Amino acid sequence: MSNNIPEENNKEEIASTRRLFLLNMARTVGLAGLGGLVWSAYVDEVTASTLILRPPGALKEEDFLKTCIKCGMCVEACPFDTLFLAKPGDNKPLGTPFFEPRKVPCYMCTDIPCVPVCPTGALDEESVTSDGKLDIEISEMGLAVIDKESCIAFWGIQCDACYRACPVLGKAITVEYSKNERTGKHAFMQPVVHSEFCTGCGLCERACVTEKAAIFVLPKEVAMGKVGDHYIKGWDEKDDDRVKNAKGATTTTELSKRSALDSLNDSGSLFDD
Amino acid sequence: MINFIIKRKYLFLRRFVQIGIMVLYFGANAYGWNILVGNLSSSVLFGVIPMSDPYAALQMLAAGATLATDLLIGVGIVVLLYMFVGGRVFCSWVCPVNLITDLSNYLRRKLGFNQIQKKQPASRNIRYWVIVMSFVISFALGVTAFEFISPISMIHRGVIFGLGFGWAAMLIIFLFDLFVLKNGWCGHICPLGGFYSLIGKFSFIRVHHNVDNCTECMKCKEVCSEVQVLHMITKESIPVISGECTNCARCIEVCDDDALNFSIKKLIKNKEESQNEIN
Repeated sequence: MSNNIPEENNKEEIASTRRLFLLNMARTVGLAGLGGLVWSAYVDEVTASTLILRPPGALKEEDFLKTCIKCGMCVEACPFDTLFLAKPGDNKPLGTPFFEPRKVPCYMCTDIPCVPVCPTGALDEESVTSDGKLDIEISEMGLAVIDKESCIAFWGIQCDACYRACPVLGKAITVEYSKNERTGKHAFMQPVVHSEFCTGCGLCERACVTEKAAIFVLPKEVAMGKVGDHYIKGWDEKDDDRVKNAKGATTTTELSKRSALDSLNDSGSLFDD
Repeated sequence: MINFIIKRKYLFLRRFVQIGIMVLYFGANAYGWNILVGNLSSSVLFGVIPMSDPYAALQMLAAGATLATDLLIGVGIVVLLYMFVGGRVFCSWVCPVNLITDLSNYLRRKLGFNQIQKKQPASRNIRYWVIVMSFVISFALGVTAFEFISPISMIHRGVIFGLGFGWAAMLIIFLFDLFVLKNGWCGHICPLGGFYSLIGKFSFIRVHHNVDNCTECMKCKEVCSEVQVLHMITKESIPVISGECTNCARCIEVCDDDALNFSIKKLIKNKEESQNEIN
């Protein structure tokens, strides 16, 4: 009997330490959940901004965010102070490099000093190399887009600032002539951007004479649509091959069994009455 | 004056190293010096030796990135370095946040906050949970999770490339450590410190306690920012074995009785063994 009492006390003690342990565990899980929620919400929010221009040779944004270690080596290598690392308050993924062409565009150095210094391969040398040599003209930082409504060349006023500023002169931006019907005796000289040559350097945006640039660079994924493999240029043999990638999709639409006349009289669930 | 400095030689050396490293990084960006280019996330020493943050690399791995060779070499160099000198040498000799939290600590001591708030309401193991969480979020969202919020990189980048609202991070950490939690950021939350604690488990350079000289004044425990590592004070003559020790050497300096000193772990062991043989 006397031996049993301490044993029972012991049991109680074990029970209470077990409860304490479980409670502490639950508290840790709760705290971790709360912290994780705030943390991942912030990360999710900040990575949702897609209107960021990256240095030449940058991987796709999704892979870029995984791979960039935010060391700023590209920023330091840039001789024109084009690149910046995102600071708190810039509303961009912190510490990642970007540039704003209206302030300082990319001057497209032929030796691309910003790319080889990247220690992680977030700026991929391969993607800006052709025939074993660095080639800035194949980089895809973005694509220039023209707002025809605020571009004065589309009004009929003569301006070719963007065309002249373009480092891929005559290829990335061409000037198209057409008759100005309003005056009957003048010509429109309108700039047109060609996506296969435009690198997104932003010299055109920098040069644009309007108050807010009428030609501006957007990331390529934002600026461009995608046709898909269902539409092909039948007159282009190379393009013809793409149709092989197209996958069929079967959709079923349920047919109404009611008389066609009902559709005129019956508003269905359109109004609740 | 000279005595004042000699008494605090490690402190002055530490501040010199901390600020010197920042000046080198700053000069690389501002004046094109080619000594230490980059920042604490990844840098190049003398234009040749790569160095990269191993914790960031692990997050990249969790996020699903392919690690480049340069990065791996840099990570290897950093890991080996800190494995030798003690992982958290980064914290007390390199990290810029240490300047802020040491100031908080200094003020806490001077204002007597530590006497009023004796027990700290949080576990120092939080940092290891933050590490785990950073890997989970990195994996789930495909980004390097801690690098997106790290006040360390924020402040360090701020010094080199421009601060932005980074001053807010500095102020928050300062106030948090001063009023909310003693050693709050560096000693409880920072996952980078936690990570370097794990690396430093095997380091060679250790603080060694000699109990015969100890007069139990407890100045070392008062000044230590990871006080749990000094559990042997007044009890046994052993080295500090916890990786959480930052090797900041403040305990060595405040000790007036020569009861604490740096030592090489292996040497101590060998000495003890040879002594045992003699006995």
